[in-house]
Amino acid sequence: MPDLGAYAVEVLSAYAVTLLLLAALVVASIWKARRVLRQLREAEARREASK
Amino acid sequence: MSIWEYANPRKFMATSGALLPWVSGLAAVVLSVSLIWGFFFTPDDYRQGSTVKIIFLHVPAAIMATSVWFMMLVTSLIWIIRRHHVSVLAAKAAAPVGMVFALIGLFTGAVWGQPMWGTWWEWDPRLTAFLILFLFYLGYMALWEAVENPDAAADLTSVLCLVGTVFAVISRYALLFWNQGLHQGASLSLDAEENVADVFAYPLWTAIAGFFLLFVALVLYRTRTEIRARRLKALLQRERMA
Repeated sequence: MPDLGAYAVEVLSAYAVTLLLLAALVVASIWKARRVLRQLREAEARREASK
Repeated sequence: MSIWEYANPRKFMATSGALLPWVSGLAAVVLSVSLIWGFFFTPDDYRQGSTVKIIFLHVPAAIMATSVWFMMLVTSLIWIIRRHHVSVLAAKAAAPVGMVFALIGLFTGAVWGQPMWGTWWEWDPRLTAFLILFLFYLGYMALWEAVENPDAAADLTSVLCLVGTVFAVISRYALLFWNQGLHQGASLSLDAEENVADVFAYPLWTAIAGFFLLFVALVLYRTRTEIRARRLKALLQRERMA
């Protein structure tokens, strides 16, 4: 861990918030993609069954 | 082969599906290397102390926040002119990514500005335009959700994107238009008199590349989701009408 001196709070909070926001963006993207894919497969299965 | 082939959803899904693992992996590696390099292996600046490490977050995020809007402008124009759905769905997919980059730019700028400039915020042209750009991102995303008809939503959000471009341009080039505000001139320009030192420039360029690759990976991934969501909406509509 580097010695951040008097600015440790500023530097660490900048890195922590950035990584948190990027992680939240990636997780939200994956979550939505999985939900949409599941619903699409269900809808396509219903469509096939009704043919 | 023409670029317009990728306006075909099937072609886009096939190509993006093949590219995505490579782009995602490269983004993870480059971004990790750049942030570890910047945080652990760069010295303190003689004037800014350890706060200089925030440059590896703030500069790439701010550059990407305005660049993402320009990408949305191009894809929105393609929608307006050529009516390609994949194009406008790419803009829709990019908006949350740009919004998060803008939020990172605002937060890291504030925590960097307070110890260096003595203030969290200043209503100068660049900062104000950047804040308005962030609000445009929120408005753009809200408009997509608010309009039920997808084509009408695409039209309205594309027009909003054209209007918001004014603030992306002001934010990016404010220092050229008005000689005021807290930011200094470009530090990475090839023709600048005083550039950032190499010990900071190399990890900074790597971080910019990392943020760019992350953006490409996320937009490919999210555009695929939007294409599927559009197909799902059409199927559900057919079910309701049957």
